[in-house]
Amino acid sequence: MRPGLHEEWGEIDLTERIEAFLSDLKRGGSGTGPLRGSAEMARETTALLRRIAAQARWSNAGDLMEIIRTEGRRMTAAQPSETTVGNMIRRVLKIIREEYARSRGSSEETDQQESLHKLLTSGGLSEENFRQHFAALKANVIEAINELLTELEGTTDNIKMQALEHIHSNEVIMTIGRSRTVEAFLKDAARKRKFHVIVAECAPFCQGHKMATSLSEAGIETTVITDAAIFAVMSRVNKVIIGTQTVLANGGLRAVNGTHTLALAAKHHSTPLIVCAPMFKLSPQFPNEEDTFHKFVSPHEVLPFTEGEILSKVNVHCPVFDYVPPELITLFISNIGGHAPSYIYRLMSELYHPEDHEL
Amino acid sequence: KEEKQRLRKEKKQQKKNKEKNDEKTSHEGEKKKNKKKKEEQPAVPAPAPPPPAAAAVPVPASEAPAPADKPAKSKADLKAERRARQEAERASKGKKGDVGQPAPTGKLKAPPSELQPVVKRLPEHVQVDNPEVVKKLAKKLERQQIPLRSDYGYKVSLFSHLHQYSRKAPLTQQLGIPSTVIHPAIVRLGLQYSQGIVAGSNARSVALLHAFQQVIRDYTTPPNEELSRDLVNKLKPYISFLNQCRPLSASMGNAIKYIKKEISNIPSQCKEEEAKIKLLNCIERYINEKIVLAAKAIAKYSIEKISDGDVILFPPNCSFNAFEKKRKFRVIVVDSRPRLEGREALRRLVQKGISCTYVLISAVSYILPEVSKVFLGAHALLANGYVMSRVGTSQIALVAKAFNVPVLVCCETYKFCERVQTDSFVSNELDDPDDLIVTRKGKTQLEHWQKVPSLGLLNLVYDVTPPDFVDLVITDLGMIPCTSVPVVLRVKNVDQ
Repeated sequence: MRPGLHEEWGEIDLTERIEAFLSDLKRGGSGTGPLRGSAEMARETTALLRRIAAQARWSNAGDLMEIIRTEGRRMTAAQPSETTVGNMIRRVLKIIREEYARSRGSSEETDQQESLHKLLTSGGLSEENFRQHFAALKANVIEAINELLTELEGTTDNIKMQALEHIHSNEVIMTIGRSRTVEAFLKDAARKRKFHVIVAECAPFCQGHKMATSLSEAGIETTVITDAAIFAVMSRVNKVIIGTQTVLANGGLRAVNGTHTLALAAKHHSTPLIVCAPMFKLSPQFPNEEDTFHKFVSPHEVLPFTEGEILSKVNVHCPVFDYVPPELITLFISNIGGHAPSYIYRLMSELYHPEDHEL
Repeated sequence: KEEKQRLRKEKKQQKKNKEKNDEKTSHEGEKKKNKKKKEEQPAVPAPAPPPPAAAAVPVPASEAPAPADKPAKSKADLKAERRARQEAERASKGKKGDVGQPAPTGKLKAPPSELQPVVKRLPEHVQVDNPEVVKKLAKKLERQQIPLRSDYGYKVSLFSHLHQYSRKAPLTQQLGIPSTVIHPAIVRLGLQYSQGIVAGSNARSVALLHAFQQVIRDYTTPPNEELSRDLVNKLKPYISFLNQCRPLSASMGNAIKYIKKEISNIPSQCKEEEAKIKLLNCIERYINEKIVLAAKAIAKYSIEKISDGDVILFPPNCSFNAFEKKRKFRVIVVDSRPRLEGREALRRLVQKGISCTYVLISAVSYILPEVSKVFLGAHALLANGYVMSRVGTSQIALVAKAFNVPVLVCCETYKFCERVQTDSFVSNELDDPDDLIVTRKGKTQLEHWQKVPSLGLLNLVYDVTPPDFVDLVITDLGMIPCTSVPVVLRVKNVDQ
């Protein structure tokens, strides 16, 4: 078989897959398709990136990074609120840089981040342009991406294992909405300890109901409350454990709406707020991009069309996310352990290269 | 009761054997015993007016100085005897483990001075976990021929001291038709309460007062009875019935207190027709002054606080219709499940031509940066400055405080009550838990919640807002800070 044809087939197949992924992203965000968890999204993105690295035509690291960046820009534009896609792309870019540096033989620490000293002494931008060709680079990159995939598969388990360190017996724990990470966390703790969980239902999507049924089937004493009762019951809550959609670069959260109220109530009663978030949710975004930060869905959820005449005269908002500032958060539990919100910026520098923050 | 009667007879006999003054003393003593008996009857939910003067306070068993109105020294040993007998009574009651015990203990602690007894009786509807109280209530209702409403569904353990009823099983299903004991206007009212057709503090009070007017119109004094005492006794089963349908609110409690006072103040030589007209006018005046005109006064004060271009946040229970178009402002209505009362308020505001925005309570922190003032309504204002209101109000106040937006509470003075409360658990109301079930995209997650043993649904009705979240309270008396509530109560009590 001619290698060229094979490559062509591989390319067509690849473009098809990328297009399918993009349209899935667009559809999934509108709320009509099946809501997929961030972990799935991260895994699919990484698998797709591995396929790109394997099948696309590139000769040196710079080319590959260029391809990935282009595709990455398209993907993030398809669904800006789905930040795990962008995070995975940045992780892969960092992997490529590392592999390249290792192939070149230079140690990793020298071209880490740009220090002020380096800026003054080296004079100008780094001359690194990733144009050298290394034969083993492809295999190394694919191997590294495979490692990333295994890490992704183990995130929930790693978080689960820390559950018993944080939950004591006869506690009352509050949570909001539905987070698969928190669900696994609580179920793991419930194997050994007895405690109560209060779930705020998180209107209008009411995902808290599903969480409550799932937790009660595992034998945990669960209570469902309305969003309006969060402050009223907070005085009897010992801990608040929540999941989030994204962890922002300053240690703040972009979480499901209602979380800010929950965080304020917890602060008022000095209740610790624990966020269970795997590392792939950490995003180098800062919260001051006001126009891209919020996502809105159809106001039909809030005021249905059956309400009739008043609909045309009224503004209805249905935001999906809330910003929670880092001062309200006590602890982050991730697959690599527990951190304070002030440490998040450091973790970010380990995961992503500063030049990749803007794709 | 029998023991008390026996003791009274004994005392009477003993007094007749003593000197001439004893007749007067025994009369007083009897009155004392009467009042004591009445006080220790099972709790009427609307707190009974505290015994008026120091003389009526039953002398505590501890060594207390003699009440000031017993000047003659020869009565000292009589008093000692009476005291001993009261102690014996109390001891025997204690052996039975009567639940009335907290009440005498409370009175034991009461300072024997001219002040009223400090601890009032604990209402039944917050003692559901005490089986004796429940039994007592059942007996009382049986006597009054009112059916007892049974609890529904699994109750969250933190709230096992409260009732939880289902809306699908109204109390009236267990009543016979026609009910001989309860006036039909009251039956209708009870049904409207329990089904949520009449909701909201003001609406409930007004409906109650209208129903009582109807009762008074249809009332005829039976022979050998005085209107002032008999009418009050007639009202008691009605109040129990209404309480079973839905626990009374603070405003309703105050209204009932007022009516009872008016009725008992009717002089005995007044003719029946006159008395009835007088009572009807009293009630009419109460409604007019305390509710209708108060609302207008509050609206007038609030308009002063709203400036042009303001954006105002409203949770739905703020009954605020008297809007004049003097100012241009925008309104944001915040609504919450499951009652969704905001839609009605939204309709009314849109009809008045005010531009509105509508969000759910979970989006409050998104919308608050646009807001310049927050207006809240209150169900009751407690004596320690806490605002008791629809659930979610404290949350809005909390977020408003975090964003530095001023919070104003609008409350009529008739809703001020002497209770104190610090959290939303001890005294609250649990609504039908099935209201939380919702069907989205054809799937109802919680449909079979009753079958799952560890799952509970909590549908709270009220919550309390601490006074540091509230910047101003607008009442018909003017604009006061939250902490001035006991001052207003004191002034009101002195007036009355």
